[in-house]
Amino acid sequence: MSGIAEQFEDVRQQEQSAHLGMWVFLATEVLFFGVLFFVYSVMRARYPADFAAASRHTDVAVGTINTAILLTSSFTVALAVRASQMQAVRLTRRWLWVTAALGAVFLALKGYEYYKDYSEHLIPAFRFSFEAAHARGAEVFFALYFATTGLHAVHLCIGIAVVLLIARNAARNEHAVEVGGLYWHFVDIVWIFLYPLLYLVSRA
Amino acid sequence: MNTIAAPLLPPSERPDSYLSAGYSVRSWLLTHDHKRIAILFAVSITLLFFVGGTAAALIRIELITPAGDLVSAETYNKLFTMHGVIMVWFFLIPSIPATLGNFLIPLMIGARDLAFPRLNLLSWYLYLAGAVVTIGALLAGGVDTGWTFYTPFSTLFSNTYVIAAVAGVFIVGFSSILTGLNIIVTVHELRAPGMTWFRLPLFVWAIYATSVILVLATPVLAMTLSLMAFERIFRIGIFDPQLGGDPLLFQHLFWFYSHPAVYIMVLPGMGVVSEIITCFARKRIFGYRMMAYAILAIAVIGFLVWGHHMFVSGQSVYAGMVFSVLSYLVAIPSAIKVFNWTATLYKGSIHFEAPMLYTLGFVGLFMLGGLTGLFLAALALDVHLTDTYFVIAHFHYIMVGGTVLAYLGGIHYWWPKITGRLYSDAWARFAAILIFAGFNLTFFPQYLLGVAGMPRRYHEYAPEFQVLHVLSSAGASVLALGFLLPPVYLLWSLRRGEHATANPWNASGLEWRTSSPPPQENFKEIPVVTGPPYDYSPQEGDSMFGQEARELGASASRS
Amino acid sequence: MNALFPWTPAASPLAGKVDVLLGALTALTGGVAVTIIALIIVFCLRYRHNTKADRTRAPADQRHRATRRIELAWTIIPLLLFLGVFVWAADLYYQQHAPPPDAQQVFIVAKQWMWKVQHADGRREIDQLHVPRGYPIKLVMTSQDVIHSFFVPAFRTKQDVLPGRYTTLWFTAERAGRFHLFCTEYCGTDHSRMTGDIVVMEPEEYTRWLASGPAQQTLAARGEQLFRTLGCSGCHGASATVHAPPLESLYGRPVALASGGTVIADELYIRDSILIPTKDVAAGYSPIMPSFAGQVSEEQILELIAYIESLRDSQGSPP
Repeated sequence: MSGIAEQFEDVRQQEQSAHLGMWVFLATEVLFFGVLFFVYSVMRARYPADFAAASRHTDVAVGTINTAILLTSSFTVALAVRASQMQAVRLTRRWLWVTAALGAVFLALKGYEYYKDYSEHLIPAFRFSFEAAHARGAEVFFALYFATTGLHAVHLCIGIAVVLLIARNAARNEHAVEVGGLYWHFVDIVWIFLYPLLYLVSRA
Repeated sequence: MNTIAAPLLPPSERPDSYLSAGYSVRSWLLTHDHKRIAILFAVSITLLFFVGGTAAALIRIELITPAGDLVSAETYNKLFTMHGVIMVWFFLIPSIPATLGNFLIPLMIGARDLAFPRLNLLSWYLYLAGAVVTIGALLAGGVDTGWTFYTPFSTLFSNTYVIAAVAGVFIVGFSSILTGLNIIVTVHELRAPGMTWFRLPLFVWAIYATSVILVLATPVLAMTLSLMAFERIFRIGIFDPQLGGDPLLFQHLFWFYSHPAVYIMVLPGMGVVSEIITCFARKRIFGYRMMAYAILAIAVIGFLVWGHHMFVSGQSVYAGMVFSVLSYLVAIPSAIKVFNWTATLYKGSIHFEAPMLYTLGFVGLFMLGGLTGLFLAALALDVHLTDTYFVIAHFHYIMVGGTVLAYLGGIHYWWPKITGRLYSDAWARFAAILIFAGFNLTFFPQYLLGVAGMPRRYHEYAPEFQVLHVLSSAGASVLALGFLLPPVYLLWSLRRGEHATANPWNASGLEWRTSSPPPQENFKEIPVVTGPPYDYSPQEGDSMFGQEARELGASASRS
Repeated sequence: MNALFPWTPAASPLAGKVDVLLGALTALTGGVAVTIIALIIVFCLRYRHNTKADRTRAPADQRHRATRRIELAWTIIPLLLFLGVFVWAADLYYQQHAPPPDAQQVFIVAKQWMWKVQHADGRREIDQLHVPRGYPIKLVMTSQDVIHSFFVPAFRTKQDVLPGRYTTLWFTAERAGRFHLFCTEYCGTDHSRMTGDIVVMEPEEYTRWLASGPAQQTLAARGEQLFRTLGCSGCHGASATVHAPPLESLYGRPVALASGGTVIADELYIRDSILIPTKDVAAGYSPIMPSFAGQVSEEQILELIAYIESLRDSQGSPP
């Protein structure tokens, strides 16, 4: 990763391009998730009571722990960036590993939650059952719940892979660490929006 | 443009070009060179253009008579769906950005490649994968939803291969996003020394604005189609009212992408035309800054007018009014562009080689398409005209009269640069005139059909509409002939055409300051830019240009 | 009818106004198009590269004052013209959406691939709509499957017909005759056969036509019958012991909801209350009503609506 690709004049140009590329990519991602958030708003306006009832069936304890875990991981990835700027390669690696590990814990807890949802028949279109008065909106709620958290989990898996790859191959390159960190922060921010929308609807 | 440039090489001293950098299949399929990837794109979208065109030809033959006698209603519906899906996502959207844009952006800004060459190659493979999936779905049994995939028809009622077709569109969407991302970063970061924003050719501005739309609008389509597929598979009520959903929600999300997509299709065409019209009028573009701002204004306001597709859909009357007034606002920058092109001709020294004929055709047809857009933006009139042939005629004037003519004009203009060969200008001019005539005969009658109330997507129709339909089909056969000509004489030129000099049109952009075809690294030495673009002067005398033009004519008579 | 322009002259007053707008816009845009094309041709001829025309003092320099002024002019003049057209068209659009209060109501149910018509007096038709000349007619339309669109070129009006909600369209026919009805939202295989006729008759003739049909109950009477057979009257009837909202003088009035808001009791509200009773519960009542989804057809729902509407009429109009 230390060389300059032939299309670039110098290292600075190459680094700036990588940064800008990531920002543009994140702009695409915002719009991608944005549709789901928009549909969520429309549907919640349509079924306010059902969404409140459905939200009470999410596991707020696990959701809150997971929020804390992701926030911590954003902190550790920031520490990794800081370490790489100080040229502390081993420290950078260590913080990247911690970040990936936190991501993995998040996924494990999320998996546990999915299992609970499964045993409570909360998976839409798959033996879904809910109190009759709120079933219709609740099914939409859980469809969006699985769509958003599922898509988020996919992004987190990619994030973990990216962080581990950087730890192995590019911990020396502070710009690679920074660009990877940008992506990680984005995945984190998506969750910051998901958490209140899915877990805290009727608990405010 | 005043540049410290690589020396203009005489044709005898042919340097290594990107085409001679390797002849194996592998050297093409694994290339990172933006110029080769552009050619891969050009070949694939041309193939798909003719697939989509075949569907259109069958549609026009069917419509010669009022009865549905050539194909069944199911087949007809699949044909127009296939025509729409292929032409929109596999031809129009990638057409200029992924071919001419890909090839020329680095050359025009004085860079050695796009910022992310591997991403560029991936973009082509995604395009290919999307095309295989979609064409597979269309061949396996077809899709009958129309390219708009309106719910609840697409989610609960159609028994065709909706999911597969949508999957293909989803994949090709990522191809668009990657191309857009690549171009945005390239234009921001890789400009040559001295190439400030307001020294960029308008083509670069146009492709840049297009890329911004690609990056911001395409993900919305991808997610909307995913939700639609989700509803179709799992019966979750998001769009279907029977399941508790809202069908207008789909239309809002779909047009939030698909209206900006119109500008994805036409802005690059405006860029091409701005390059050609200045070169062939030997004049600076009139109002360069205004043109650049107009491009940006179109890109931005284009995001706010999607609701004008829904004036009779059941959205509120007041929403309709807001979308109508915004639609008139977006028409202003488009009008400015037409005025500026016309003013550029004033006191020029105008040459009429094939690229200029395509360009003049573009200006006229785009203007007619744009002016009829004013009818559709007028609320009460749209109530009568929407979903009739008037709309079909309107957007074909923009998409075919506009984008396709600009694409062909651009291909003819940069052909010597891309291939290093000169084609027969006489044949090219003949094709341009044929396409222009055939196009008008095909689509002008459709305006009249629309005003008279002929609905779109009709397999059978009331007998009083027949005369106009026959005229339209007759025009379509002329148009088809016109479209078949360029591949023939252009391919011919690859073997038999004269070798082109570095700058056969005596044009001013950086892309003409390197050899034809360019070397793999684009420039022997990165040029330094010291002045604004379009450094043309009508007083220069046209000796050089004339000489080159004669050469073109001579090669025509020899081939 | 001209083969090269096979249009039907306007057959309603609003259609006439739309035609005037169409003519004005054609003149305006045609004028612009002709001017620009003429300019392009003149420039192309005059400034061909081998002519001797004067090419000095071309306004190429963007800092030029005159250039600025020209650009400003061709930005602002079109903008003002466009805004004028917008206001004109928006005003007409508003009229297209404001049926007169005395309009005669006809229900339309669209399905793949036919138009089902129910007149207030109970008369039913398929793919035909008979109306008297000179009286405003308001169509209340819904679909039982996909989206359709009700388009009558002679009236220059169309409206999408959606499943799960009601849309309206109104017109006053001013010429007797037979006019095309087209479906203009693509709706599947036989979309192009989902056509019909609007038959405009002289009022006396229309009365004869109404009388000539089989003797039958009015829409509201059929609704009343349904109201009893479905058991609605058991709770909503005058002698009911269950605590259910009374339906007399409900139609068209605001209803306070348990969730705090208010809605106008229009067709959609009544429809949703029958199919999804838990959606908008009236304030002061508990959500005990069962859903009738799957038990009543779109036509029957319209009959029930007609009945509930007739309850208001028998009590006098709402204030």
